[in-house]
Amino acid sequence: MPTKKANKSWSLVTRSSPLPGFRLSIGFTMTYLAVIVLIPLAAIIQHGARLGFGAFLHTVTAPRVLASYRVTLGCAAVAALLSALFGMLLAWVLARYSFPGKRIVDAIVDLPFALPTAVAGISLTALYAENGWIGRFLEPHGIHVAFTPIGIVMAMSFVGFPFVVRSVQPVLEDLDPAMEEAAASLGANVWQRFLRVIVPVAFPALLTGTALAFARAAGEYGSVIFIAGNMPMKTEITALLIVTKLEEYDYSGAAAIAGAMLALSFTIMLAVNLLHWWVQRREGKRV
Amino acid sequence: MRSQVRRIHVFIFIAILMSVSASFLGAQTHLLNVSYDPTREFYEEYNQLFQKHWKATTGQDVVINQSHGGSGKQARAVIDGLEADVVTLALAYDIDAIAQNGGLLDKDWQSKLPNNSTPYTSTIVFLVRKGNPRGIRDWDDLIRPGVKVVTPNPKTSGGARWNYLAAWGYALRTSGNNEQGARDYMKKLFANVPVLDSGARGSTTTFVQRGVGDVLIAWENEALLALKEFGPDRFEIVVPSATILAEPPVAVVDKVAQRHGTEKVARAYLEYLYSPEAQELAAKYYYRPRLKPVADKYASVFPKVNTFTVVEGCGGWQNAQAKHFTDGGTFDQIYEK
Repeated sequence: MPTKKANKSWSLVTRSSPLPGFRLSIGFTMTYLAVIVLIPLAAIIQHGARLGFGAFLHTVTAPRVLASYRVTLGCAAVAALLSALFGMLLAWVLARYSFPGKRIVDAIVDLPFALPTAVAGISLTALYAENGWIGRFLEPHGIHVAFTPIGIVMAMSFVGFPFVVRSVQPVLEDLDPAMEEAAASLGANVWQRFLRVIVPVAFPALLTGTALAFARAAGEYGSVIFIAGNMPMKTEITALLIVTKLEEYDYSGAAAIAGAMLALSFTIMLAVNLLHWWVQRREGKRV
Repeated sequence: MRSQVRRIHVFIFIAILMSVSASFLGAQTHLLNVSYDPTREFYEEYNQLFQKHWKATTGQDVVINQSHGGSGKQARAVIDGLEADVVTLALAYDIDAIAQNGGLLDKDWQSKLPNNSTPYTSTIVFLVRKGNPRGIRDWDDLIRPGVKVVTPNPKTSGGARWNYLAAWGYALRTSGNNEQGARDYMKKLFANVPVLDSGARGSTTTFVQRGVGDVLIAWENEALLALKEFGPDRFEIVVPSATILAEPPVAVVDKVAQRHGTEKVARAYLEYLYSPEAQELAAKYYYRPRLKPVADKYASVFPKVNTFTVVEGCGGWQNAQAKHFTDGGTFDQIYEK
């Protein structure tokens, strides 16, 4: 779970450090990373590679698969932006105001982390189906949520927004009110204070949180599968196609799609990290 | 602090003791039955029945463990090393896959037990809302414009492949074995499907709980169960003029049973499914019994249907899979422009 950002910590790795135990800890870290993350990923690539290049390309660019990338990444992007907006707002409220029941609200934010995602998906579907508590008021107006891309976005936002809150909240809490007071005393109005003082400080954390929310949404299966309707070309997510391939005992095909999805997500995350880095450098120059 | 350390030691000691004794108990016969989702309750009760039977005939105790999940997922688990002594799955294709990919049992496994190794059967029927407001009587009514049909995705659900083949078989028969006619029928049918759940239970939930659709294409045992759970005042069952005979097969996983030394009990476990007691139990859980006297006894529960088998409808599972459900098969073609 992301807590405080420790942006400077990695510079310790490159510089020789007075702290002892560097070799041991980096050794453990790398071994752990290899066992938990890298070896499974390598297995995916190895499985996918069995197909050969032509068949691989054919599998990952089939029309239905392409449509599923659009649905998955498109909905994940919308969900991440919604999470950024409302997660920032919630973090702001939690960091800046005190109100009765604040601790409960604070605890509720973590619920999506703990709840089995299938439970979330089933509850959301029950709420937004034609005969659901919320769905029955929306359907007469022609707004369909369950079994449409809107439903997918809802489920993805549910699992994603805590990442934004938990990334931004500590930064806002640490923000010294004196900075805003100084800005105010120098004649900055409320918007200028927000845009020039608060946003620059919170932005890197917001970017991190949003990227995490996006990544989580892009990989989500359990909650989406219940609300999506799973119509080919329209509301079929990539993870479902991977499961479909497995049902056909087509292990290589499943691994190929998984690999393609991995590459796409990695590219997007890399772009976000570059943006992060660029923003920080720019901020660094300004100070 | 000290007492805490001692407590940990005691705890470790107990843990070791338990695992050692567990491995001794392992001398007692264990059997793992890897099955699919809707059979959970049936096998829970059947296991007790069989334990009693085995004790009475051989004097031995047998512990039976069950594993349930989607049929295809379960078959993959067995291929990947889940130590199943017997498998009881939704379709022969999944057991074929175990024979082909893992070589864990003979390719002719289906001829080793009576009735294609299928001790109980089911069929594909329609569940409609009370009073049948859309007047659904047969497969042709499902493709009328405006009728909403709920059925799971046949590519992710083994159970739904029976639904698909039932519709295909009907369409093929009524169009005089004209494949293009059957294709057109399927295209119209799936144009009326608003939600494709990934599993059969998911579709039942969508239809029953979410109120989506006018008709659910379902296994008869699932439909009867839904009727019992949610009341005959809300739904009714419509039996089409022709439908498929769903045969969920069972088999001993030879290689695993040999390794465990459980071949005899595993085979007895499956053979006993054909006994009158077990057939009664199958009927209780809404599977159609094979045994004539039991079937006659439950004739009021299971209406007479005009069925065709997978072999008659589409030349067996290997053919059906290759033609309909692989990449670019007839199901994929439905959704291609």
